[in-house]
Formats: sequence, C-alpha cells, structure tokens
Amino acid sequence: MKILVPIKRVVDYNVKVRPKADESGVDLNNVKMAINPFCEIAVEEAVRLKEGGTATEIIAVTVGSSASQEQLRTALALGADRAILVETDIEVEPLAIAKLLKGVVEKESPDLVILGKQAIDGDNNQTSQMLAALTGYAQATFASELKIEGEKALVTREVDGGLQTISVNLPCIVSTDLRLNEPRYASLPNIMKAKQKPLDVIEAVSLGVDIEPRNKTLKVSPPPVREAGIIVETVDDLVDKLKNEAKVIT
Amino acid sequence: MSILVIAEHDNEEIKASTNNVVTAATNLEGDIHVLVAGSNCSGAKDQAAKISGVAKVLVADSPEYEHCLAENIADLIVAISADYSHILSPATTNGKNYMPRVSALLDVAQISDITAIESSDTFERPIYAGNCIATVQNSDTKKVITVRTTAFDAAQNDGSAEVVDLQESHNLGISEFIKEEIAESDRPELTSADVIISGGRGMQNGDNFKILESVADKLGAAIGASRAAVDSGFVPNDYQVGQTGKIVAPNLYIAVGISGAIQHLAGMKDSKVIVAINKDEDAPIFQVADYGLVADLFTAVPELDAKL
Ligand SMILES: Cc1cc2nc3c(=O)[nH]c(=O)nc-3n(C[C@H](O)[C@H](O)[C@H](O)COP(=O)(O)OP(=O)(O)OC[C@H]3O[C@@H](n4cnc5c(N)ncnc54)[C@H](O)[C@@H]3O)c2cc1C
Repeated sequence: MKILVPIKRVVDYNVKVRPKADESGVDLNNVKMAINPFCEIAVEEAVRLKEGGTATEIIAVTVGSSASQEQLRTALALGADRAILVETDIEVEPLAIAKLLKGVVEKESPDLVILGKQAIDGDNNQTSQMLAALTGYAQATFASELKIEGEKALVTREVDGGLQTISVNLPCIVSTDLRLNEPRYASLPNIMKAKQKPLDVIEAVSLGVDIEPRNKTLKVSPPPVREAGIIVETVDDLVDKLKNEAKVIT
Repeated sequence: MSILVIAEHDNEEIKASTNNVVTAATNLEGDIHVLVAGSNCSGAKDQAAKISGVAKVLVADSPEYEHCLAENIADLIVAISADYSHILSPATTNGKNYMPRVSALLDVAQISDITAIESSDTFERPIYAGNCIATVQNSDTKKVITVRTTAFDAAQNDGSAEVVDLQESHNLGISEFIKEEIAESDRPELTSADVIISGGRGMQNGDNFKILESVADKLGAAIGASRAAVDSGFVPNDYQVGQTGKIVAPNLYIAVGISGAIQHLAGMKDSKVIVAINKDEDAPIFQVADYGLVADLFTAVPELDAKL
C-alpha cells in the first residue's frame, strides 16, 4: 500500500501571532516556522502503518514556497520515504491546494491519503474534504483511530456528540484529529538520513489547474481585548462577585 | 436568489446551532430556506418549520441521510444548489465535514467559521487560533460558508414555514456508517450552555471531575475540559474546548486547573464572564479571567460547591 501525506509549513503553535500595525496582514517577521501539528500526526500514522507491515511506501507532499522543503525534510526524518514539493509563491487557498494535490494523486495513485484536519494558521479545515470531492474518494475526517481491513478503512471519528465509526472504500482520504497518535521525535541519525532521501520539486503551474485566490483579505485586525479582571482572595469573595457584581449566578 | 441553511439535527430534534445560522442568514438578502436531510426526521422537520425567519423547509427523508455521511449529503446539497446565492451551515463537526466537499464540487472557495457578515460577499473570521480577525471578500458566484454559532444569537421558534418534500436520492455507496458512541447526558450542550465549568490537567484524574459535576448540578452547567484532560483520558473527546475542539461563549465560564494555553483560550475567550481557579498565580488563564482565584482546586471547588 502506498500512502500520500500532504503536509503544511505553518507558524509554530507556541507563537502568539499578531496582525501587522497597518492591518494589511499577519505579522510573520522572524517567527518560528514548523510542520503543522496535525500533519505531524498524519506522518506518524503513515509510519506506523508501514512499521506494521500494511504500507510499503510513504510520500510526503507539500504545496508552497521553496522554504517548505524544510518541513518535507522533517517528514522524511520522521519516516517518509520520499517527498514532493509543488512549488508556488502564491498564497494558495485550500481549494487550490486540493486541486494541486489531486494532480499529485493522479500521478502517484496512492491507496490512502492522510492529512491533518486543519492547519493552525488559517484554521480552515477544508483541504482533505475538498481533495476527497475532487478525486471522488470517500472521506473519513477527524480520525482518532484508523484500521485498514482489506479494501476498506475502518475509521473512528471525533464528532460533537462523541465518537462515530465509519467504513470507507479505498482509496480514501483521512484527516487526523489530535488523538490519533502521539508523534515521535525524529532521531539525529534519521535527520541525517533524511538529507539523502529523494525530494522532487515540481512547478505548480505544470499541473495546469486554476490556483488563483477567490478570497481577498481586506484586513487583519486584532480580536477585541478583554478588560483586565481582578484576583479575589477567597471563595466567599468569588461567590459574592458572581452574584452581586457580574450577576451571572443567583 | 435565496439562502440555503443546512440544519443540524438528530432526526428527532433541531439543534440550536441551526437557529444561530438562521440569524446569520438574516444579515443577507433573500428568502431563507432550511434543508433537513435525515431519516425518519419528521420531528426535526416540524421544528425547522417553526424557526422564525424561515420561508421554506426542504426535507430529504431517506435512509442514506441517516448518519449525515458527507458523500451523500454533499451530493444532495449540490443537486439543489442552483437557486441559492449563499449556502450556510453551522461550524459543527457535521458542517465542517460536508461543506468543504460541497464547495469543491461547486468549484468555489469556502469561507470557514465566520463571526460577522459585512455584506453579501464580505465576512469576518478568526484565524491563528483567534489571535487575528480577518476580513475576507469572496469573488465566487456562490458563497459556501460555515458559521461560528457563538457569534450569532439563536433565532426564535415562532414561525411557520412552508414544507416541501424533496425526492432526491444520493447514495454514493463508498462510505458506510458502522456505529457511534454518543454520550447521553442530562446536562445542557456545551455549545449552547449558559454556564460551563471546565477541568484541565490539574484535575489529575477522571474521578476528580465529580467535584465539578456537583457544582455543575447547582448551576445547571455543562462540563468542559482542556485538551490535556481529554488526552489523559479523564473525560471523553466531546468535552474539549478550544481551537480544535468546541468553541463556546457562555455567560459564565469557570476554568479549573487549566493553564490557559492559546489553543484553549481560542475556544472560550468570548465568554461573558470568565472565572479561573488555579494554584499558579502566573498561569496565563488569569490574563483573560474576570475573577481569578489563586488556590488549590481540591479545596476551592468543594468550598464553592458548599456555598452555592
Ligand atoms: C495543534 C494543537 C491543538 C490544540 N488544541 C487544543 C484545544 O482545542 N483545546 C485545548 O484545551 N488545548 C489544545 N491544545 C493543547 C494546549 O496547547 C495545551 O497543551 C492544553 O490546553 C493544556 O491543558 P491544561 O491547561 O489542562 O494543562 P496544563 O497546561 O498542564 O495546565 C494545568 C494547570 O493546572 C494547574 N493546577 C495543577 N494542579 C492544580 C491544583 N491542585 N489546584 C489548582 N490548579 C492546579 C496548574 O497550575 C496548571 O496551570 C492544542 C495543542 C496543539 C499543538
């Protein structure tokens, strides 16, 4: 079984991002970049399927600028066999990414595509579902458990009310939730080895799809600030404030 | 052109998130239609027809829609999409699942998780865990939108819409429902509760959540949790509040033994009043709390319980 794992380069999750002073965009000057945490979970799941003997090859792919090679190397260090960069300097939207990934799916014919449920920059939560739509494959989103059973995948999904288990035909698109696994750290020897693994670069234009943005960001502003609160000394004080000042309990 | 709202329901009942989306839709121009797709969903259908502001309820009642499988629902929505300028759903796990599929099938971008409507093509939405609010203008002819329900009040239920049965069958047959484990609870739902008390890693184990339950009983509160509490197995996944869990905005949010990571704050910082109980006075949660209590939760929470 061949697994395709699309990943994304994003701001590290510990960074508290701010808008630019002129509100023209997000201030990304000198911020630490990393592989999106959900994508890391996707890579880990693929590696486990390979270690368990289900998968034979793992291909990591990303759509982005050449700087994204860094995150592809991370995926290779975590256990992907080879990597593909679909290079573009346009800020691509999920629909465009899905179209480009469809092109890669057509070339590589994976049996399974695993990707993160959302990237923590745009928080869109769209790409996997869109890729499923464009390829006509089934989708199993927000996965917390994945089992391959013959020609099908049995996937437990995190839903608002609890958990839902579905069975989908392969090939399919799976998106990862937080509890699918706990990703490993890349070891130093594996980081070294990753440098030797193949990384192909293809130009986004060569895939011949429309990737022009449909959404124009008019401005990026800070969220409303909360007024500073107070520290109460005792539980009695707290109850009193909630009853008589905030009036949220009776 | 009209506006299509996709109802969130469990076949028997309409979920309040549908009412929030109807309110959002009233900011746009056009009649509001609500699609109820389910199986044996006459209960949900009747309730949808009562939502104020709704002109028409479209019902697709068929076994293939019973579990809201994205493949079938998306095909159904696409099949009836021609007359609509805007298609909206709540940003629930269902909406998040089928809506991007709808967008891609229609070859339009999706605008996720909107918190305000400026005009028919311009919307506000939080990005970067709510640390920035983007105003985006969409150029597609049809807008596919998921709505952050906490940003819009729930529409009332004193309407009487026309009901139309659809004869639409869409069964792709590539996915199949196997089972679900849905927690039964007498408590209000997290996303629509007036009061929420949430526990974090500081709770130490699932048993200790009992002390929160007792307070919740008195306040009629829902119980939530941080990711750490869910990951550690103290409580089930549907308790998680945050960037990647549920977004809540109750009148009162009580955070107990939660440090206040960016990702947690993203899910609750629009609450009206925030209370934090934490033994570490430097915990970031105190920066958003209206009332902070620096204390050991194992003494403070039982004391709070006794005094309510
Ligand atoms: C991609 C991604 C997505 C995420 N999504 C979410 C999300 O949706 N929701 C979410 O919550 N997190 C999310 N997180 C995790 C987040 O970064 C934090 O790790 C998590 O919120 C921490 O949970 P916590 O506050 O319970 O635990 P901790 O940070 O460990 O804090 C525990 C707190 O309890 C206090 N405490 C301990 N014992 C006591 C006591 N006896 N009395 C009083 N106080 C006590 C401590 O002082 C401490 O402040 C996400 C992370 C990533 C990377």
